[in-house]
Amino acid sequence: MSDTPVDNSKRTWIIASGCVGAVGGAFTAVPFIRSFEPSERAKAAGAAVEADISALRPGEKMTVEWRGKPVWIMRRTPEEIAAIPTNDPQLADPKSLRKPDEFTPVYARNELRSIKPEILVVVGICTHLGCSPSDRFQTGPQPSLPDDWKGGFFCPCHGSTFDLAGRVFKNKPAPDNLEVPPHMYLSDNKLLIGEDKNA
Amino acid sequence: MKEISPNAPASAKLLNWVDNRFPLSKLYNEHLAEYYAPKNFNFWYVFGGLSLLVLVIQIVTGIFLVMHYKPDAALAFASVEYIMRDVPWGWLVRYMHSTGSSAFFVVVYLHMFRGLIYGSYRKPRELVWVFGCAIFLCLMAEAFMGYLLPWGQMSYWGAQVIVNLFAAIPFIGPDLALLIRGDFVVGDATLNRFFSFHVIAVPLVLLGLVVAHIIALHEVGSNNPDGIEIKANKDKNGIPLDGIPFHPYYTVHDIFAVSLFLMVFSAIVFFAPEFGGYFLEYNNFIPADPLKTPLHIAPVWYFTPYYSMLRAITDQMMYVVIACVIAGSLLMVLKVKMPSFLKPAILIAGLGLVLMMWNIDAKFWGVVVMGASVIILFFLPWLDFSPVRSIRYRPNWHKYLYAVFVFNFFVLGYLGVQPPSAIGERVSQVGTLYYFGFFLLMPWWSTLGEPKPVPERVTFTAH
Repeated sequence: MSDTPVDNSKRTWIIASGCVGAVGGAFTAVPFIRSFEPSERAKAAGAAVEADISALRPGEKMTVEWRGKPVWIMRRTPEEIAAIPTNDPQLADPKSLRKPDEFTPVYARNELRSIKPEILVVVGICTHLGCSPSDRFQTGPQPSLPDDWKGGFFCPCHGSTFDLAGRVFKNKPAPDNLEVPPHMYLSDNKLLIGEDKNA
Repeated sequence: MKEISPNAPASAKLLNWVDNRFPLSKLYNEHLAEYYAPKNFNFWYVFGGLSLLVLVIQIVTGIFLVMHYKPDAALAFASVEYIMRDVPWGWLVRYMHSTGSSAFFVVVYLHMFRGLIYGSYRKPRELVWVFGCAIFLCLMAEAFMGYLLPWGQMSYWGAQVIVNLFAAIPFIGPDLALLIRGDFVVGDATLNRFFSFHVIAVPLVLLGLVVAHIIALHEVGSNNPDGIEIKANKDKNGIPLDGIPFHPYYTVHDIFAVSLFLMVFSAIVFFAPEFGGYFLEYNNFIPADPLKTPLHIAPVWYFTPYYSMLRAITDQMMYVVIACVIAGSLLMVLKVKMPSFLKPAILIAGLGLVLMMWNIDAKFWGVVVMGASVIILFFLPWLDFSPVRSIRYRPNWHKYLYAVFVFNFFVLGYLGVQPPSAIGERVSQVGTLYYFGFFLLMPWWSTLGEPKPVPERVTFTAH
């Protein structure tokens, strides 16, 4: 290092300009980093989707796309609704207590995980690694399913099973219940997926 | 392996570990802390560093633009509008890139001018200059191809015209143009390959050339406004008496220049990004229409001087050019000392050239002249025969020659923007002759006149 004594006023100016430069650098970096965020077009495409359930018969399931993901809307029969609580002992998280803010909005924190008891609204993506489970509404023994199967969904990728309230069974690869998306009823037969009254 | 004391601080040990495996400290010293640059640099010497800054700006803004741009003839124009309107801060990134493109040429022209007036291209720095000319050529290609990407009316028709320049070459022209375009007209195929060249190929070549340019410079050391070699006077440690370490003197000096530059750059980006239609041309806000050419086509401002020279070569002008070739060959044979076997060779070459000029369209020679106007720069180190390097010590009237050269360059540029006119054609023809005369006659005029005495040491007053 040099032998000359430190000039403190020069040092002060160097530090001061360094700080101003760093602030300038931060101001410059922000627009570039923020340009990574979803554009107006992406946000518009991710807007809420309307679904008309007037033609949905009991036991029938329809699928709408929201933010590139399948959202299942199912009108459950009275028998199916009655069978749902009997699954509780075999479920990993029957009361949907795990990560409720991520998977179960306040209005779905009930046994049937829905606003209206008959209408199930869940995102049809397995919480393991993202495949879309297939329907298994028929009750009774079947390949890959237990003998006392009461109806639900089966994910073909790694074998996770979910009941007709979208709750995951114990000892399966998927850790969480199926996600209930934000949604609300615009009228008795019209659902809005993607927005709820809190938004 | 260099050993270090176990009591040394951790940072010193880390540096030692790296230095034992990679010449980090050596590079830092050779190119920054112990690279001795002349102490008398003036403001003309900031433009090299500013060029580097603009290169970085273009690369960074380019990276972010490519995240949203679509290189497809059907989607490109809309994707640029998407960037301007829908992408968060997209408008800022786009304006920085378009302003940066023009800023690059302003800075590079000023950088080249410094080289011209101070003789920075002369021995032993010829290679620095040659690499620099190659960078300039690449820059022109890069700007031209980048300009096609928004797929506006000017993009499309500018590309059409320039590719047709290549079609003007006799025999191989039309096939060559077909190969460049990838189709019978400028279209999606052309857009896609220009995108690849603009984003990857030419930037890589540019980066390599810039590195070579700086390495060549550091090998011989920088020139200075007085044009004297500071390495001729060294102290007992081998350090030039008129040299100061680049870091911290010129790194700090350059930061000042960078801040001034960024102020002007930001003012343009935020308040006048279109710059009256010169940086972002109005016609380019219209999507490309292969069936309709805009009423007034002109290349972007930085190409206009060369464009003027292209337009100046008409059938009539060819007579003047032929006369110049004849006169030039005769002068060379009569005045220049050369081995006697070369003299008939020169006359035959001249005659061959005259015959070609007589038989091939002026259109082709316009292209040749435009190309030659850039290529002639490469030869500058071998055209300058003046006994003194820097304009400071040349006879005064040399300075007027340079002033007229600059004025001429501006006039040619201005005429290139204007639509063709009879007066404009005459003036650009005279301007073309002056431009080429300045260089081709330099072996003669640079030796004329009485140069002023060149000092031993640089002229410098502390400030």
